Amino acid sequence: MKVHQFDVVVLGAGGAGLMAALYASKTATTAVVSKLYPSRSHTGTAQGGVGAALGNLEEDHPEWHTFDTVKGSDYLGDQDAIEFMCNEAVRAVYELEHMGLPFSRTPDGRIAQRPFGGHTNNITGKPVRRSCYAADRTGHMILQTLYQQCIKNNVTFFNEFQVLDLILVNGVAQGVVAIELATSEFHIFHANAVIIATGGHGRIWKITSNAYAMTGDGVAIALRRGIPAEDMEFFQFHPTGIYKLGILITEGVRGEGGVLINGQGERFMERYAPRVKDLASRDVVSRAMYLELREGRGIDGKDFLYLDVRPETVNKFAALDGRTRPDGSPYRVTTEELLLKLPDIIDFCRTYLGIDPIQQPMPVQPTAHYAMGGIPTNRFGEVVIDEKNKVLPGLYAAGEVSCVSVHGANRLGTNSLLDLIVFGKHAGLRAAEYACQTQFKTLPKDAADFAREQLDSLRRCKGEGERVSAIAEEMKEVMMEHVGVFRTAEGMEQALKKLQELKERYRNLKLDDCGTVFNTELLNAWEIGNLLDLAIVTTASALARKESRGAHAREDYPKRDDKNWLKHTLAWLEDDGKVKLRYKPVVITKYPPKERTY
Amino acid sequence: MEIKVKILRFNPETDKRPHYQTFRVEAEPTDRVLDLLEKIKGYQDGSLAFRRSCAHGICGSDAMRINGMNRLACKTLVKDLSKGTITVEPLLGLSLIKDLIVDMDPFFEHYESVMPYLVNDEPPPLKERLQSPEERERFDDTTKCILCAACTTSCPSFWSNGRYVGPAAIVNAHRFIFDSRDRAGAERLRILSDQFGVYRCHTIFNCTLACPREIQITKAIGEIKRAIATGSLD
Repeated sequence: MKVHQFDVVVLGAGGAGLMAALYASKTATTAVVSKLYPSRSHTGTAQGGVGAALGNLEEDHPEWHTFDTVKGSDYLGDQDAIEFMCNEAVRAVYELEHMGLPFSRTPDGRIAQRPFGGHTNNITGKPVRRSCYAADRTGHMILQTLYQQCIKNNVTFFNEFQVLDLILVNGVAQGVVAIELATSEFHIFHANAVIIATGGHGRIWKITSNAYAMTGDGVAIALRRGIPAEDMEFFQFHPTGIYKLGILITEGVRGEGGVLINGQGERFMERYAPRVKDLASRDVVSRAMYLELREGRGIDGKDFLYLDVRPETVNKFAALDGRTRPDGSPYRVTTEELLLKLPDIIDFCRTYLGIDPIQQPMPVQPTAHYAMGGIPTNRFGEVVIDEKNKVLPGLYAAGEVSCVSVHGANRLGTNSLLDLIVFGKHAGLRAAEYACQTQFKTLPKDAADFAREQLDSLRRCKGEGERVSAIAEEMKEVMMEHVGVFRTAEGMEQALKKLQELKERYRNLKLDDCGTVFNTELLNAWEIGNLLDLAIVTTASALARKESRGAHAREDYPKRDDKNWLKHTLAWLEDDGKVKLRYKPVVITKYPPKERTY
Repeated sequence: MEIKVKILRFNPETDKRPHYQTFRVEAEPTDRVLDLLEKIKGYQDGSLAFRRSCAHGICGSDAMRINGMNRLACKTLVKDLSKGTITVEPLLGLSLIKDLIVDMDPFFEHYESVMPYLVNDEPPPLKERLQSPEERERFDDTTKCILCAACTTSCPSFWSNGRYVGPAAIVNAHRFIFDSRDRAGAERLRILSDQFGVYRCHTIFNCTLACPREIQITKAIGEIKRAIATGSLD
């Protein structure tokens, strides 16, 4: 076993982790420990843009962005944190540009911006161009740029190391335990500050836009150390995943004028969101799609709809909507313009569907996409562990793994990239400041034992046992069916029972690989254990919340209930596998809750 | 339909040398080769080792040789391969660790050697640095690189001498050399005029054929050769 000492250790090398490392490393010795090479992180798959009220193409203000985010969150977001994020957004985006991010440009050379769901001009209620983009690979460019800057600043990377456990000494974070994939050797990273930036857990569901790696490691590790998870019942289903595959088709397609069409050829979003139509919030659009499918209005009676971005369709509806360009001329698109703005989307469709979106509509269905919930933090990225927001010294979280909460019950498109650059940066700064003023504590001799026990219990190659893949499949099916876009008490109770059964079966696995070199079977099995824990916490949190808000839509409680449920869920996973729930208030500053329509 | 997948296996803890193993799997024509590998790993032999993450051609984890060509397993569909057995082997030119996993560290070291980051020490403006759409377009193609190594490990010059920085590193140098905001173009051109730089490229075009992002790699390398020869970026 090797022991390393750094002031700050960052778990995960996606946008939040790299941003945190970049800022922490300015003043503190910093290591990034990641199960993937940094450029493999899931931030790279984000497409449509990062939200900031630059106002490069039309009037816009951080206050409008703040209100849109509060409204998008269905009033569950903490308004102090949202205001902070939206104010910081403008500077953060300029900072990325200064680091070299190759944004697409306006004719006068400024950062180009496009409309996105839920982002509006607060006076007219019409969509506003707020998403700063680099074609349809904005996340790729953010990830590359931050990785490049980390190389420039000599950040130390431990790539292909799986973090398994968090070391706490008398309630203070003192490092992590990790295993090196190539050798199975254990490493202890002794650090005064630990920043968790391991991303989301969308692999719980069958149809998902999420990478294989998105297995909720950070939240699971925290839960096992007695740290609660916040608002886990709120998980976003993105309206436009490629049918069956779940691969994301950016909302930017609708930003550029694409529309959703049902089996009767109708642009059905007009009925659900008369003002912004296809650019309503994601929860609203995903629910509308489910309702259309349920009414038998899928394409050819099947369980998908069309996303149509053919120039003739875009131009027809742009004319009907009276949509204009910034100079007041009518909005019309050409094939060339779409090829330039959406090259990756066109490539995905050609590769996976064998269709050309310039000529044919794309078959889509809602796909599990983003965790609004996660490890509770305040707006400085400090992890808070109870209803009174008590800080756990030395522990930080940023990005999708965290719940600040800026997304509340539903995240707006472009706010995830924003979340990770703003809170990644502030977690990094805060962690470095704290770590440099803190003395290292002596580590307990048994620091690696809990991690080792977890793997040992899975590493069984002899005797009877079950393959982990079957368990994972069954989990994904049951979560998709009962804890997806629409939920009922009955369905969720069934799901919970099934998950507990799977958890039992999980104790009796059998592996083919008991080697030490890249034993990916063992580590995949450990990851599935994380997903199972998170599925249980998600379902228990959702079952308890007897209202519908944002992404949490209960058929048995169809209305939002501010009197009883305007509060954040905190869920602890107890040793016996039961979930303990408590609640904490939402921070409301300027915007009292009101009815949410688009 | 049932498909035969022939995989080059190697376990350093038990095998002296790599050997082929053939699996039979049920597959749809629209399945990705990655889906087949997942089915084999999940239900036939859990010890099969390969890297993967996003599964749709963006993260660059799963470059491998499929029927002799460097491709991403997640971007190669069964229906797009010729009928019959599908052969899957690890990338060439990087040392083999286990099954389809090769040592990527030398690849990333080459990447780091070309200063793959924006250099500009002039104080930035309060807002963005301006860049015209034409200036932005000049290096658009090379911003698409996902560092999957399909190009570098398809290059015979790289196979013959692993000290050659390789096409991927040159692509990433190009991305900055032709960025109007960057100020270290001359230094990168000096690095690439080294004996292990661009002149190891003999315009074989394997890299361009292998790139899953369809980057015009040989063209980008040619532009750098010309810039070195003429001392001008125009």
